[in-house]
Amino acid sequence: MPARYLKSVTFEGLERHIFEDDRRHAPDHPFNHPRYHGASILIVGRNFGSGSSREHAPEGLRRWGIRGLVGESFAEIFIGNCIALGLPCLTLAPEDVMWLMEAVARNPEQEIVLDVEHRVVTFGDRTIPARLADAHHHQLVTGTWNATGALLEAGEAIDRVAKRLPYISGY
Amino acid sequence: MAKALLDKVWDAHTVRTLPSGQTQLFFGLHLIHEVTSPQAFQMLREMGLRVRFPERTFATIDHIVPTASQVRPFRDALAEEMTAHLVSNCKEFGVPLFDLDSGRQGIVHIIGPELGLTQPGMTIACGDSHTSTHGALGALAFGIGTSQVRDVLATQCLGMDKPKLRQIRVVGSLARGVYAKDVILAIIHRLGVKGGVGYAYEYAGSAIQAMSMEERLTICNMSIEGGARVGYVNPDATTFAYLRGRPFAPQGEAFDRAVTWWTSMATDPDATFDDVFHLDAASIEPMVTWGINPGQSVGVGEPIPHPAEAPETDRAAWAEALAFMSFEPGRPIVGTPIDVAFIGSCTNARLSDLRAAAEVARGRKVARGLRALVVPGSQAVAKAAEAEGLHEIFQAAGFDWRKAGCSLCLGMNEDKLTGREICASSSNRNFKGRQGSPTGRTLLMSPTMVAAAAIAGEVTDVREWLR
Repeated sequence: MPARYLKSVTFEGLERHIFEDDRRHAPDHPFNHPRYHGASILIVGRNFGSGSSREHAPEGLRRWGIRGLVGESFAEIFIGNCIALGLPCLTLAPEDVMWLMEAVARNPEQEIVLDVEHRVVTFGDRTIPARLADAHHHQLVTGTWNATGALLEAGEAIDRVAKRLPYISGY
Repeated sequence: MAKALLDKVWDAHTVRTLPSGQTQLFFGLHLIHEVTSPQAFQMLREMGLRVRFPERTFATIDHIVPTASQVRPFRDALAEEMTAHLVSNCKEFGVPLFDLDSGRQGIVHIIGPELGLTQPGMTIACGDSHTSTHGALGALAFGIGTSQVRDVLATQCLGMDKPKLRQIRVVGSLARGVYAKDVILAIIHRLGVKGGVGYAYEYAGSAIQAMSMEERLTICNMSIEGGARVGYVNPDATTFAYLRGRPFAPQGEAFDRAVTWWTSMATDPDATFDDVFHLDAASIEPMVTWGINPGQSVGVGEPIPHPAEAPETDRAAWAEALAFMSFEPGRPIVGTPIDVAFIGSCTNARLSDLRAAAEVARGRKVARGLRALVVPGSQAVAKAAEAEGLHEIFQAAGFDWRKAGCSLCLGMNEDKLTGREICASSSNRNFKGRQGSPTGRTLLMSPTMVAAAAIAGEVTDVREWLR
């Protein structure tokens, strides 16, 4: 998501700008290719989302139709933002990512299944073990990725912590 | 048991363990700005929630503010709309705002420390990657996303995983012409842009201890560029001297009691770390990036590297970077012509940065046809610099002297690169398109290196320009 599109007061319409600069310079970019329209799973490489620390990037992906990501590794803030939107990001071994990318390119009609609960990715008759941090796994499987409710449950415990901090209660 | 600052601050702010296994961590200070807050306030409104600790929340305007004229309404309608949203949100939710007429407005990571809001032993959150800056005062400061901004507004808490801790020991003395910016670029070069993922960085060693607070702020600012979400320096006499007398710092006897607590939060002498990395300060040269991430850098005396020299996993990335930059491997980085020079950003727009750059610019002229701008990080920095006449030195040399804001660091305001321009920049990120032109090119370096490049019209070794 080019940084110039972070200038907004809503997330509406961000799907139009996903990978915009890359797409302009690469006509064969998957997001330009009609065969991938309607795709809901994005397969990526290493450190995906680095430099995209704002929600705008996952919001753009989600609004475009992406519902889950699979890759070699993800940038930390980006993955946190994805989980907060309920977008699972599963990591696979590098050779499995390569295999999956090639397999999908050969057979784009074949369904991919991201099994978040069992932490596996299935393509055709191959099932690949995937990694997903336990905390993220718990949030996704229990539907508690929207964190506000869980944090509010702490209630007065929050005020107790505030009161015991000298820079709040007074030195 | 001996503890590190990370452990002590973490424990002091722990509310409970969440069902997910994460820690519910309390944040003592929440800094907000116009870019990552409007959607968060909207979500809060939709959920019928208020700001839980408005007195622990402070707002400023920095990312989209124009730096040439700051008269409202701004020419850019979207910038005006975002500013109007921030003003009305702060009013509605009771959050103090350092607005343009406050004398205290500036880049959020400049004004936090400058106003004494940032203090040792705190947890700090802000919807911006470079929040790690505040760690220079011995705080744990996390860059967060918009949904997390909503959570901190609503609960003053976040669900967090405690990072591992790597101590980065920089020992010895920096050579003349080598600055904090070069040190952090060297660290990122050595450890890689994702070397710090999952870690907090504790910067220590004689070279760090000898640094001023402003130099430490530069170091901590770029922790995130090395993959570490937080970076900090243990509070010491330099920290306390910096804080004394600042508007939001404790005053009078309370300050002395605060020093006792702050001191107690520092890492114990026999604390252990998950990893320790050593760097010899004397070995560091002025650094320049040649690629499209902050780890792709060389010493100014070195040639642009060849992808064949890269670790195998980085070869394709190096080739991609060189292709984007249209740089030829093997050629010296010195002599690379530049079109734009930018001195500013949350990394390097403090008074000491401007003083050092002005010293290089004094009595010299910016190269013909080159666009050069100096953007102070805050209204207070601008005022202090003007009181010393730094603006006149820059203006006489042909630099534009601007008003406080993020400016050309990120292309979200009127200051942008156009086309394939190459910018010598004192900012923190050289990602493709970062400075506002999708094909524009960024060379990260210290503010003095930028000043020297502006005068030479090309990348040059600042050590030859120091008097």
